[in-house]
Amino acid sequence: MADKLKFAFYWNASCGGCEVAVLDINEKILDVAAIADILLWPVAVDFKKHHIEVLPDKHIDVSFMNGGIRTSEQKEMAELLRRKSKTIVAFGACAYLGGIPSLANFHNREAIFQRAYIETPSTDNPGGVFPQVKTHVPEGEVELPLFFNHVYRLDQVIPVDYFLPGCPPTPAMVAAAVTAIADGNLPPAGTVFGGPSTVCDSCKRVKQEKKVKGFHRIHEIIPDPERCMLEQGIVCAGSATRDGCGTRCLNANMPCRGCFGPADGVADQGAKLLSTLSTVVDSNDLREIEKMIDQIVDPAGYLYRFGTASSLLKHKLASEEKSAHPATGRSQLEVAK
Amino acid sequence: MKRITIDPITRLEGHGKIEIFLDDQGDVANAYLQIPELRGFEKFCEGRPAEEMPRITPRICGVCPGAHHIAATKAIDGVFNVDPPPVAKKLRELFYNAHFIHSHIAHFYALAAPDFVLGPDADPAERNILGVVAKVGVEIGSEVIKHRAYAQQIQAMIGGKATHAVSGLPGGMSKALSEDERRDIEAKGESFIKFAQFSLQIFEDVVLKNKAYLDLILGDVYYMKTYYMGLVDEQNRVNIYDGKVRVVDPEGKEYAKFYGLDYLNYISEHVEPWSYLKFPFLKEKGWKGFVDGKESGIYRVGPLARLNAAEGMSTPLAQAAYEKMYLTIGMKPVHHTLANHWARLIELLNASERVLELSLDPEITDPNTRNLPQGIPKEGVGIVEAPRGTLFHHYQTGPDGLLTKVNIIVATTNNNAAITMSVQRAAQKLIKKGDVTEGLLNMVEMAFRAYDPCFGCATHSLSGQMPITAKIFDHKGSLWQKLSRD
Repeated sequence: MADKLKFAFYWNASCGGCEVAVLDINEKILDVAAIADILLWPVAVDFKKHHIEVLPDKHIDVSFMNGGIRTSEQKEMAELLRRKSKTIVAFGACAYLGGIPSLANFHNREAIFQRAYIETPSTDNPGGVFPQVKTHVPEGEVELPLFFNHVYRLDQVIPVDYFLPGCPPTPAMVAAAVTAIADGNLPPAGTVFGGPSTVCDSCKRVKQEKKVKGFHRIHEIIPDPERCMLEQGIVCAGSATRDGCGTRCLNANMPCRGCFGPADGVADQGAKLLSTLSTVVDSNDLREIEKMIDQIVDPAGYLYRFGTASSLLKHKLASEEKSAHPATGRSQLEVAK
Repeated sequence: MKRITIDPITRLEGHGKIEIFLDDQGDVANAYLQIPELRGFEKFCEGRPAEEMPRITPRICGVCPGAHHIAATKAIDGVFNVDPPPVAKKLRELFYNAHFIHSHIAHFYALAAPDFVLGPDADPAERNILGVVAKVGVEIGSEVIKHRAYAQQIQAMIGGKATHAVSGLPGGMSKALSEDERRDIEAKGESFIKFAQFSLQIFEDVVLKNKAYLDLILGDVYYMKTYYMGLVDEQNRVNIYDGKVRVVDPEGKEYAKFYGLDYLNYISEHVEPWSYLKFPFLKEKGWKGFVDGKESGIYRVGPLARLNAAEGMSTPLAQAAYEKMYLTIGMKPVHHTLANHWARLIELLNASERVLELSLDPEITDPNTRNLPQGIPKEGVGIVEAPRGTLFHHYQTGPDGLLTKVNIIVATTNNNAAITMSVQRAAQKLIKKGDVTEGLLNMVEMAFRAYDPCFGCATHSLSGQMPITAKIFDHKGSLWQKLSRD
C-alpha cells in the first residue's frame, strides 16, 4: 500500500468528455486502481476539497486536470492541486490549449451574459437580471464564483509539467501516459504526449501536390475518401496538427479540425495552417486570390478551433483585460494570474 | 437564521452548491441549488458556419455529446433546407440509440445502483461502483464494462469518434456503413437486449422486492406533481430521435403538442441572480416561482417524463416492461421522482431493440448517405431527446450560412426548477428542529441523482459518490456544526 502511487483527477471548464476518455480504457481502469490510490476524482471517489487541503504539500504524485479556467473557483482548485502535487498533467485540449470553449475569448463577459440572459428568444427576463457574485435573498446571502472575462489554459494559471492533447485524448494515449508514470519512465518536463509528427504525415490519403482553384465548405461537395482533403479544396488542419489521433476524422471522410494542437516546432497552429493554405492556392492574380481567401468563411474558427486561448491573437485579447472588474476592482489578468 | 452549505454537491462541468436556510425552530425556511458555471456557446457560435455546429456543440457535454451532435445535425438540415436520404436518418438513429445505451448503462450501474444494491445508508466508503462490483461479482461488472464499450464502438463506427462524433452533415452523414460493420452491430444488438433484460431483472430483484426501497420510491420525500415533456412518434410512442414534442399535465391529459420553431410559443426561461443556469417554464402558465401543481408552469423531462408524456414504447419487449411499471405503481403519470431509475432501464431495453432492428434494415448499408443542399440557408430547429431529456438547438443564419443567432436549451436546464424543488422538498422533509444527521446528505443527494443531472454530466458516468461537506453556521456566521461523509 505504501508503494502505491497517489493520483488525483479533476476538471474545470470542460465537458466531461475527458472523464469518459478515462472510462474508455475499459477494463484497464482496474489496473489503474491496482497501481494507484485515487485521492480525488469527484466523478468516482468520495474525497472532497477539504481532504486535499489538509494533505502535506507535494503529497499527490500526479494530478490529471482537464478543462480550461473560466471561473475564480476553478482557478482556486488548480492552485490547490498544484501545491499538493509533484506533477501536473494538463489532460485534453481544453487544459492544454483552451479548447472549443476558448472560442468565447473573442467576446467578453458582458457580451456572453447579454446573449445568454437577455437576448435569447426563449428568455423571459423583464427585469434584466444577471447572475451575481453575491445575491441577497430573504434568508441571507448566497454567492457564485466570478465568471472571468476570458478562458485561460491551465498553464496560464499554474505551472504544468506534461500535456496530453486531444478532444478527447485517445484511450491508447491515456493508457500510455499512465503506464509511463507507473514505470517511472517519464519524459522531460514540458513534453506533449502524442505523435512525433503531423496528422498529414499519418494520413493515408493520396497527395498529389495539387493546387486548388477555390475552397469548399464541407456540406458543398462529397469528397473522394481516397484523396487529400486539402487538395479537394476543403480546409483541413492536418498539416499544422500533431498526430497520434489515428486520423479518426479523416477516416470518417471529414477534415481535421486540429484538436491535437500544434505539432512540434510549430509556434502557432493557425499561422502554420494559414501558410499551408496559401501554398495550395492556384493563382497569381491578386483579385482571384482574394476571392479564394473569402471562401474561407470563418478563419478564426478554422485556424483556432481548439486553441483560441493559445493563439498569438491573445495579445490583442489580453489588452481588453486591463479594464477593472466591477466586483473586484482588480484587472482580470491580475485575478487570473 | 442558520445556514447549511453543501459545496460541492456535484458538477455541471463545474460545481453545484446547495444553500439551506433554517428558521428559528431549526426547520427549513428555504433552499437554493446554485449552478456556478456558464460557457457561452450561444455567443461564441455566432459567426461560425452552421455546418460546423455538429462538431462544435458536442463540447457542451462530453457524456452526452451524441445528443448535441444529432440535435445540431437536424437543426442544420433545417437551416440548409435539405432532407437527408432515408439511410442517413437510419444511421443517425442507430448511432443515437447506441449513444443512449452507453449513457443509460453508465448512469444505472455507476450512479444509481450503489444506493440500492448497497443501500442509501451503507458505508459511504463502499457506496460506489467498486462496492457494487464487490457485492454482485466481477463477472457482472465485466458485462457492464463490455456492453458500455460495445455502445461506444458502434458510435465510433458511424460517427468517426465515440466521444465528439464528426459525421453529421446537412442532408446526411459523411460515411456509409459496411456490411462487416453491420454484422458486428447486429451481434452487439442481440447482446444488448439480453443485457437490458438482465438489468431489469436486477432492478426487480434488488429494488422492487425490497419493501424498504419500494416505500422510498413511493413515499412523499421524492414526490412532485408537474407537467411532463417528451418527443413522440405519430402513435404517441416514445421516440428519442424525431417526432413532435408532447406535454401532458399533472393528470396525464395532453396539454400541448408542437414541432420545431413552435417551441418558442410554449417555453420561456426565467433568470435568477443566484445561479448561472436559467429556469425554463411553460410560457402560457407563466413563472409562478418554485411551486408544483397544475397552475405552475414547471415541467419535467428525462426518462420518466418521456414515458409519462407518451402512450407506449415502439418495441415489443420495452412495451411489456412499460406496461408492467405503470401497472405496478398503479397510476399514470407517475410523479415519484425515483421511478426515473426504472424508466431508464425500460429505455435501455427499447434502445437495444432499436439497435437490432436498424442493423437488420436492408437499407442500412446503402452507400448514398448524402443529399447536397441546394437552397438558401436561413433557420432551423433540431429537437431530440437527450438521455436526460428534451434538447433544443435553434439556429439562424444569413444567406451565407454563417450563424447570426443561436439558442440552445439543454435537458438539465429544462429540469432545473424541478431539481431545485426536489432538493428543497427533500431538505424540508428530512431536516427538522435543526437536527442534521450524516444520513441526510445521501438522502438529499438521491433527490437530484434520480434526474441523472447534467450538472453531473460525468458524475453520472461512474460514481455513486459526490463529495459533500455540510457546514452549519449560526446567524453570526460562526461555525456551529460541520458534517462530512468520509
